[in-house]
Amino acid sequence: MKARNLAVAAILALPGLLSQPGLANAAQVRVAVAANFMLPMTEKVLPAFQRQSGHAVVAIYGPTGGLYSQIVNGAPYDALLAADAERPRRLEESGLGVAGSRFTFALGEVVLWSATPGTVDAKGEVLKQGKFGHLALANPKIAPYGLAAQQTLEKLGLWERLKPKVVYGQDISQTYQLIASGNAELGFVALSQLKADRPGDAYWKPGADLHAPIEQQAILLTRAKDNAVAREFLAFLRSPQGKALIESSGYGAE
Amino acid sequence: MSTGIEARFALTRESFALDVAFAAPGRGICGLFGASGAGKTTVLRCIAGLERARGLCRVNGRTWQDEAGVFLPTHRRPLGYVFQEASLFPHLSVRGNLEYGWRRIPPAQRRIGFDDAVAWLGLRPLLERWPGTLSGGERQRAAIARALLTSPDLLLADEPLTGLDESSKAEILPYLDRLHDELDLPILYVTHSLDEISRIAEHLVVLREGRVLGSGPVAELMTRVDLPLSHRDDASAIVAATVASVDETYGLVELAFGGGALWVPGESQARGRPVRVRVFARDVSLTRVRPEQTSILNVLDVVVREVVHDRPGQALVRVEAGGVPLLARITAKSEARLQIGPGVACYAQIKGVALLA
Amino acid sequence: MATWESLIPVAGVTLRLAAVTTAVLLAAGTPLAWWLARRTGFAKDVIASVVALPLVLPPTVLGFYLLLLLGPWGPVGGALTALGMDSLAFTFSGIVVGSVVYSLPFVVQPLQVAFEAVGTRPLEAAATLRAGPLDRFFTVAAPLARPGFLTATVLGFAHTIGEFGVVLMVGGSIPGRTRVLSIAIFEHVEASEYGQAHVIAAGMLGFSLLVLIALHGLTRRLRGEAP
Repeated sequence: MKARNLAVAAILALPGLLSQPGLANAAQVRVAVAANFMLPMTEKVLPAFQRQSGHAVVAIYGPTGGLYSQIVNGAPYDALLAADAERPRRLEESGLGVAGSRFTFALGEVVLWSATPGTVDAKGEVLKQGKFGHLALANPKIAPYGLAAQQTLEKLGLWERLKPKVVYGQDISQTYQLIASGNAELGFVALSQLKADRPGDAYWKPGADLHAPIEQQAILLTRAKDNAVAREFLAFLRSPQGKALIESSGYGAE
Repeated sequence: MSTGIEARFALTRESFALDVAFAAPGRGICGLFGASGAGKTTVLRCIAGLERARGLCRVNGRTWQDEAGVFLPTHRRPLGYVFQEASLFPHLSVRGNLEYGWRRIPPAQRRIGFDDAVAWLGLRPLLERWPGTLSGGERQRAAIARALLTSPDLLLADEPLTGLDESSKAEILPYLDRLHDELDLPILYVTHSLDEISRIAEHLVVLREGRVLGSGPVAELMTRVDLPLSHRDDASAIVAATVASVDETYGLVELAFGGGALWVPGESQARGRPVRVRVFARDVSLTRVRPEQTSILNVLDVVVREVVHDRPGQALVRVEAGGVPLLARITAKSEARLQIGPGVACYAQIKGVALLA
Repeated sequence: MATWESLIPVAGVTLRLAAVTTAVLLAAGTPLAWWLARRTGFAKDVIASVVALPLVLPPTVLGFYLLLLLGPWGPVGGALTALGMDSLAFTFSGIVVGSVVYSLPFVVQPLQVAFEAVGTRPLEAAATLRAGPLDRFFTVAAPLARPGFLTATVLGFAHTIGEFGVVLMVGGSIPGRTRVLSIAIFEHVEASEYGQAHVIAAGMLGFSLLVLIALHGLTRRLRGEAP
């Protein structure tokens, strides 16, 4: 236990752990949020919830794995909005998350995109042709979007052939930068990123049969089980209004 | 002149301005004398090329720097430099230090041999030692040898004895003397010590506040009443003499010079040997009548040349004995009573004579 | 899940990166540090500040801008493509460039301090002993600055070993080519593989400790040699 804590503590000075203090009054609820969901949270969900309920929610953003480790080591969060289903499931199993409070709040949409117009066609044929230097995707081991990208390529029978050209970003935003800077001619990013940054750009969306759904799940943490505002926030995410906001950011909703 | 040192420098710093011009002979020791801050070290550094001043520097016919744009960098000037704090390289042994310059001149140009320099400065037992383990005097001797081993055309010494204790100074001065005898090498010697000047300099340049007050042979400069040297408490005259005879009964040596003879306590010396003596102004008194029953041995016929009232109640008198200048410090009252004035012939009684070497 | 075998190429890339970066920095940093030590004035202040910049910039920011620079629309990347050469991104050379920039002050500053400590007197003495500028540097300044070289080497090496942000941004984490130990740790933590993570972390900590102890020992010996 101790050694693991030491390693985790040493590693947790990682980049990407940003904090959004939100409003100045004493925050009632603290929510840990996967970094890829930051823009929808700050621009749409949090303001809407504030207007509707009058409550301010403090959101802390970071890589899901890092946030998970913090929770396991006693971080004072009230809920987790993860990039996958795995971490919330583990929290539920270990008792750190309230049983039955786990649900899918967003479906990630992975798309193929290039910063150079005309590279990506609507059918994704460019992959088969393979006439590019580097293809970027998020690390499949740790980022669900990367895993989905790899599954897509495998299903298309292109993984072994294209693997030498693959470069990995550690998370979806870093992957995005690899492609946006032109270093990787094309790659797999989240639709929500494109919607926010380059709404007019062309992309290819792999069919649902090509990869497992990217289920982003939320869970209420046990320490907040009597926190009414936390429950209210999670309920908001599932409400029609919340779902509409999420979908408009480039996610699917269940 | 085609031999000798010719130097002219102008340099302005924040709080200091240098404007000097002087010439020095191409052999022997020329002292650069002045108080701290007078600019002596700066002049030396200009000659070495360590400071870049406007001006001219010619040494024994070769131009090191001139006003037309010629400026030889330091490492191309055939000089040796002894710094005030030795400045031996800490990462090299004494041998390594000595060999540093020695190795950098072509064998054909090595006029001074390695073993010679080691012998002259008594460094053989110290060769494998490290600079940090040496005493001040030992370090300075090594520094002098190191500078000599570049077979320089000119040796620059920046207050090499300042900062050493008396015994170290006494240890090194004979080496410096001998250098001057053994080698045909002009030395520019910076110091604020009149003792050192008296001991070894033949030519003198006096500096004050960045300017040259006077330059010339040391005997002449030290007795010039227009220079501050002659007004110090230790003002003195330097006399070049030769050993004439020895009185073994009373342990005295007779020294002959242009103005007569001086008896000094001393042991047997070779006849004809040239020596230098220092006569302090405070040890010289004047009488109008030749003293007969006096315990003072040395009485000289002199003529008064100049009288100056430089202190309240006192007079500084410059006299000449056979053309050799001497200084006498007397009271103004005596001066008036005895009517001491220029042209007066009288007698100088010399209480003490320091035999310098 | 990671096996011991998969650690070897990662460790190899890490060590090679540190070694090459340190070598490049010593070669390029020595004349730079020497110049900085000998000069005063505005130009020196500006350059010294530029050298110190990587100390205050977050590594991911640095990496981000490097990425832009090396990309096809950036000045460096564009120039390389125009010359018919490949982009530096995702290559070992690319992460060397990133590491060199990031570890620059860790090599240049100790060297500069060591050169400044030499002072002007030994060099003036050497000049009076017929040593020209290059000669003075190699036979007097460099030997007297030896502890500084040691510090610079060790700091540069250790700092590159621990580096994460820049390599991450520019490298693409390609196994065997640009995937280094610090990235591997991060991945294990992200994937909740704490066992592997703390083994690598402990290994790196142990290695750094050994290196630092060796540095202290060597510095003591060097100082003893030149009293």
